[in-house]
Parts: sequence; C-alpha cells; structure tokens
Amino acid sequence: MAVSGPGAQGEQNVTQVCYVFAVGREDAPLRVAAEGLTGPTGSVVRAVYGAGLGALVCSVPAGLYDEEGLKAQLEDMERLEALARSHHAVVAAAYEHTTVLPMRLATVYLDDARVTGMLSERKDEFDALLTRLEGQVEWGVKVYADPREASAPAPAEPSGVSASASGSSPGRAYLQQRRKQRSTHQDTYRAAGAVTERITALADGLATAKVSHRPQQGELASGPGENIANDAYLVPDGRSDDFRAAIAGLAEDVPGVRVELTGPWAPYSFATPPSSPQPDEGSPQGPVDDGS
Amino acid sequence: MDPELPGSGFADAVQAGARSAANGFAEEDALAGRQVALIDLLDRLLTGGAVLTGDLVLSIADVDLVRINLRAVIHSVTPDDPSPW
Repeated sequence: MAVSGPGAQGEQNVTQVCYVFAVGREDAPLRVAAEGLTGPTGSVVRAVYGAGLGALVCSVPAGLYDEEGLKAQLEDMERLEALARSHHAVVAAAYEHTTVLPMRLATVYLDDARVTGMLSERKDEFDALLTRLEGQVEWGVKVYADPREASAPAPAEPSGVSASASGSSPGRAYLQQRRKQRSTHQDTYRAAGAVTERITALADGLATAKVSHRPQQGELASGPGENIANDAYLVPDGRSDDFRAAIAGLAEDVPGVRVELTGPWAPYSFATPPSSPQPDEGSPQGPVDDGS
Repeated sequence: MDPELPGSGFADAVQAGARSAANGFAEEDALAGRQVALIDLLDRLLTGGAVLTGDLVLSIADVDLVRINLRAVIHSVTPDDPSPW
C-alpha cells in the first residue's frame, strides 16, 4: 500500500480516511512520538495540529473503515486483535514520550481538516484531561479465586481427617468430603475478597483514581481460577515502584488466591472526563483526584 | 475454565498461570513492549479511551451495537447476568 506523506490527504485512487489514536499537546515530544510509527494498514503515523493540541493519526483506506468495513473488522476476532494491537502499539509508544489521551478503538474522521476542527471544538476538555493525566500511568490489578488450587495440597496434609473418615460409612465420608469442598470453595472466595479489600486499602495512599472493569470471563479469559476483581488504578509515575511493591506478594501466602498486575498502561481507563459516571464503578473507593 | 485461547494451548495457559503464581504477578509488559493479553487490552480499548463520535463512518448507535456485541463475546454476558452497559 502506498504511504501518504505527512499532511497529505492520501492517494486519490484509494479514498483515505483519518484514524485517530491519541491526542496530546502540540509540543516537541509529540512530534518525536509521531516519528517512525506505523498504523494498522502500514501507513505512517503523523500528527495533525490544531488549537495547541496534536492528534496522532494515520491514513487508512475508507473501505476498511466505513460502516461495513469497520463492522467486519470488529466482529472478526483476528482482525479485531490486529487492530487493537496496532492501536495500542501507537498509543504505548507515544506515551513513552509524552502524556497523550488515548482514543477509544476505531475513532475515524473523514480528513485532517475534520480532525483539526475536532481539536478546536474540544480543546478545553482535552486540556483538562491532559492536565489530570500528566505524569501518571495506569496499572491493572486482577484478583483470581481458584478453589481447586486451594484444595489441592489438602490430600498431602495430616491424615487425621481421612483417618476419622475411614471409620465412617462410605456415604458419610462422601458427605464429609463434599462439605469440605464446599467450605474450601467459600473460604477461597472469602479470602479473595479480603485480598481485594487489602489492595484497595493499600492503593488508597498511592493511586489518584480507580476504575473497576467488569471481571473477565469467557473465551478470552485465561489462566486458572475465576476473576473476581478487575481494577485499574491511576498512579503517579514516581509512585509506580511503590505501587508494584505494595501489590506484589499480597496473595503469596493465601492458598487459591492469585493477584495479577498489568502495566504500566497509557491511562486508557481514565481518558474520559472524571465527571462522567463509570457504569462499572464498584465500591465508592477513596482517592479520586479532582485534578487539583 | 476455558483454556481454549486462539493460538495458545492449555499447556501455555498452565505455564502462564504457574509463572504468574510464582511471581505473584505478571511481568512488566505494556509500555515495555511485551505482548499484553488481548482481553486486558480490549477491556481498555472498548470501555476506556476518550470517546469521540468521529465522522459518520458508523453512527453512534451502530458503534455501540458492535461494541456491545464484542463485550458479550468477551464477557459471556448471559440473561442471568445482563450487561450493565
């Protein structure tokens, strides 16, 4: 595919539209960030400026990003993955240079002029968000409960239980076994809940905001156990090490409970205005930064 | 439990689980360039990110519909556990 030069509208033989990855302030780091990156169809990423802001965009064939094309891309898991990873690669690379506001997947404008117009229109909102996110990164914290793992070491434990069970009828032994399983199950979930609360409390002093995502289930959810908490924390870059240290090892000695930390991420989960309600927000956990 | 990830066998899933259990948490990834889990990425790209309406390419309702369908796939939304979106 032919690559359109910076600022160009693209070749006329294939109509191009403008895919927007992220918005930042018009400054040197943003210019640097735009260099050397390519978008989902291999065309170069460039910056479109307006109102003191810059949008990282690339030209993509209209046919792939019009209503039909986009639906086809988003509904095909392989193509969706390719698009998501490409989007993320640009956002993550840019975020290494400067604070940018990541756009939601598949934000497309007809041309550069429309992007410039959008930047002018939403300048105040973008400014406020960029100020709020400045110097902060997102960390993901997931808590898993896995009763099977919790009960796994049990057979190797002292033979007291089985000894007493051996004296009873097979029916009673079965019931005891079932009962033990059930209580392990409950204990594991209770322990996972407690770990989640400890994380929330520890994060309180380190993070400036929290968003709860829906627990992961379904065909893409990996790893053993059930995901019971899937939270994102906004953490000042300087406190990232402390945050990791605080979270790591929290569940080390808790059988059947696993904590997974992901990140640092560009602050995807915090790229919407703080005032807009987060439908998934769980408990009204503390330290929400008002951007002060 | 559904270990049937595209392009990843059960052994990989187990190994990943063991690794993650051993470390207490997943290794650094994201900005560092290590490939992130698709589901973590989609959590962020489909429910996070600044929302702009963009140009007429998809009507807002259509975009939302596609996203809702996707989330249903991702999160196994069932009638008993309806999506809050």
